[in-house]
Amino acid sequence: MNPPVLIAAGGGGPIIPNFGGNGHAYACEQANRLFCWGWFSHNWSGTLWPALRQHVVLVLIAVAIGFAISMLLALLAHRFRPVEQPVIAFTSFLYTIPSLALFELLIPVPGLGLSRATAEVALVAYTLLILFRNILAGLRNVPADVLDAARGMGMSHRQMLWRVELPLALPAIIAGLRIATVSTVALATIAALVDNEGLGVPILSGINDYYFKTELIAAGALTVLLAVAADGMLVGVQRLLTPWSRGRAA
Amino acid sequence: MSSALDHDASSATGTATRGDASTALELELRHVQKAYPGSRQPAIPDLSLTVPAGEVCILVGPSGSGKTTAMRLINRMIPLTGGDILLGGRSVLERPETELRREIGYVIQQVGLFPHQTVRDNIATVPRLLGWPKDRIEHRVRELLELISLDPDEVGDRYPHQLSGGQRQRVGVARALAADPPLLLMDEPFGAIDPINRASLQDGFLALQERVRKTVVFVTHDIDEAIKMGDRIAILREGGTLAQYATPAEILDHPADAFVADFIGADRALKRLGLASLADVTLRPLNGDQPAGDLPVSTSVRDALAAVLAAGGRPLRVLEPDGGVRGLATLEAIGHVLGGAGELDGTGRPPARGQP
Amino acid sequence: MHNFVDAIRFILRNGQIPGQPHFTTLTYYALGTLKITVLAMAISVAIGLPVGLWLGHLHRGSFVAINLGNVWRALPSLVVLAIGSAFLGIGLREVLLALVVLAVPPIITNAYVGVDEVDRDLSDAARGMGMTGWQVLTRVELPLAVPLVMAGVRTAALFVVSTTTLAAYAGFGDSLGEIVSNEASYHLYGILGAAICIALLAMAIEVGLALVQRALTPRPLRRAERLARPDELLVPQLEGV
Ligand SMILES: Nc1ncnc2c1ncn2[C@@H]1O[C@H](COP(=O)(O)OP(=O)(O)OP(=O)(O)O)[C@@H](O)[C@H]1O
Ligand SMILES: [Mg+2]
Repeated sequence: MNPPVLIAAGGGGPIIPNFGGNGHAYACEQANRLFCWGWFSHNWSGTLWPALRQHVVLVLIAVAIGFAISMLLALLAHRFRPVEQPVIAFTSFLYTIPSLALFELLIPVPGLGLSRATAEVALVAYTLLILFRNILAGLRNVPADVLDAARGMGMSHRQMLWRVELPLALPAIIAGLRIATVSTVALATIAALVDNEGLGVPILSGINDYYFKTELIAAGALTVLLAVAADGMLVGVQRLLTPWSRGRAA
Repeated sequence: MSSALDHDASSATGTATRGDASTALELELRHVQKAYPGSRQPAIPDLSLTVPAGEVCILVGPSGSGKTTAMRLINRMIPLTGGDILLGGRSVLERPETELRREIGYVIQQVGLFPHQTVRDNIATVPRLLGWPKDRIEHRVRELLELISLDPDEVGDRYPHQLSGGQRQRVGVARALAADPPLLLMDEPFGAIDPINRASLQDGFLALQERVRKTVVFVTHDIDEAIKMGDRIAILREGGTLAQYATPAEILDHPADAFVADFIGADRALKRLGLASLADVTLRPLNGDQPAGDLPVSTSVRDALAAVLAAGGRPLRVLEPDGGVRGLATLEAIGHVLGGAGELDGTGRPPARGQP
Repeated sequence: MHNFVDAIRFILRNGQIPGQPHFTTLTYYALGTLKITVLAMAISVAIGLPVGLWLGHLHRGSFVAINLGNVWRALPSLVVLAIGSAFLGIGLREVLLALVVLAVPPIITNAYVGVDEVDRDLSDAARGMGMTGWQVLTRVELPLAVPLVMAGVRTAALFVVSTTTLAAYAGFGDSLGEIVSNEASYHLYGILGAAICIALLAMAIEVGLALVQRALTPRPLRRAERLARPDELLVPQLEGV
């Protein structure tokens, strides 16, 4: 059963081989193999690479905005305890909404529609709970004696925050960033439902293709690799920023 | 914060770590009162005492008697309810909190070293807050590390978790001394250290104090530590009132009441002996007796008693530092010490501290 | 806004569209979603809890248990589902398999960490009083680990609901996702109505499991729970401070 389906490419979609004359070049596709390297390299620069880049941008924006919001809220909750509960409740609520539902529910919101903004709003929403909780936990876990000593030496609130609390909260903050980043990379594939960019686009197109799975596998693998790379990078950043926790028994 | 700092400029040249009373300020608590919000009894109803510049004042008392409270009122870690506290004649209340605290060294039992900073950076905390120039800070840190007998090149770049408990405690003291504060507050600084290390930390601190001569308020649970370390001891009782404030010798000789007598213990006679050295004792002349052994004149009377008892009650010969014989230490001669306080120098300083 | 009004109407009509032949009802899809969620969770808990708890009790296999959770987070669920269905087909059984693969890791990781992190002094004391390993686990470690263990189950459940609805895009039609993925038949308001139902269903499951957690948590520990819906707090780096 040879797949004529393969030819049905849409504008802007991946270049789908046309099985015209030189069948030799597309032997893999015609044999319906699991993964065709030829297709992969052929579509790398036109489809996969741009999708990967868009994906990175989607994730970076989402995590950056999510981090900024969470940091503000966490600092607020650190100073004023009553802020914590409502923030936890609201962000947990957002976190509970399944991704498919949240993306769809944002579409009719005025100013959003089918756009990157919609995708970002949803992605940001999912980062808040994790980031807020980790930052706050990090700030709260600074040992009391250290704080007492800092105050006793005459540090102002601001100096304590910058010189003592934030540095000591760094491991927890970065742990939160790792989780948020990795899950946003995975979640951003679903953003393709509302925003025609990122690795979700080749994934959805690969899913719709009943026979030819190279595209799905390639894009899926790139997503996982991206997540792993981002995670590794953040681990590196943490090593760099927290020299004191190095070589400490776990 | 001029005086302490101006002075410290000279310490960068390495002269000021020698005893120099001008770095210390007198501390006066005037009818100090503290009630924590929500509690019916005030933690401290009315406390007045004066610590002369350059002296070590020990606060002792049972748990909950308000020692920590009294101490934290001084650097305004907690707000005063009533009364006033003067440092060098100036009320602490009229100064901005942070400025005041930068001028008062502060050491706590848990040390509270910053785990994310090296020993060097920890010690440099207050000088940095005060905006000292880099090379001056560097010089000061090195000086302090040497003062607490840690090798700057070896230990300076370590993180606190790479130090022993005793080393950490010493770094805590160095950090508190960094900006050469005229007043040092220490809340059970050696409380979490095992007895052997604690004794050496105490000796180290006394030697240090001999050189830097700060006004020190030192909180402890341990009456022996108080007797050993203090120029004066303030004994607080439950309810936060002052039971007695006097020199160690005075307290041991004349406890103000049953509470104090009970608090310093039934062996106060022995403790008292620990405060005197053989130099304070009227020895018996050496007239043909056969001494069981020799003791240097700097030995504390308490140790001398132990030695005499160990020798089966036979007298021991007391030698001057130059080797000359000063006399014979007998049980009888030692017993006289307790009878007549006038024979002692009265300062109550342990002989180990080498008072002239 | 009128879209949302229409969406509510759509829900109230139980998913029927005026002037159209009878569609499958919302109730049917909601029950379908619930059914596959419950099935997948039952299997996942049956596999994941014993493994995670036992490893945690032995304090063994931390590398596997924790990295399982990390890898899991990086998996795009839709891709797993799609690749699974591409090779196995897209029936209930195949989807269940994919869901179980996706739900087991967080359950194992959290159960592992929950038990592993119970204060060693406590379990040592319990052992010292003559409890067997099993008694230590069930009477000391497990009660203390309830919040973390349940957080893993809750995270997995949310993930399963979410993925089940996404499965519509891979061809699995027995869930509310079927409506969302079919704009041609249901229009935007139908999609919104279904999305609202999905969100409500997820909340209901979350609240239900939170109540279960509360019931299982020993009374004195209940109040300490504030920051701890600690499911995501367990990246091991947190210990570094
Ligand atoms: N933050 C606080 N709020 C209310 N009451 C307090 C507070 N801190 C201390 N107290 C009370 O004040 C009294 C004195 O406490 P403080 O800590 O000064 O005692 P302490 O002499 O240092 O005791 P310890 O030897 O145990 O350290 C105690 O009755 C204590 O319960
Ligand atoms: Mg105290």
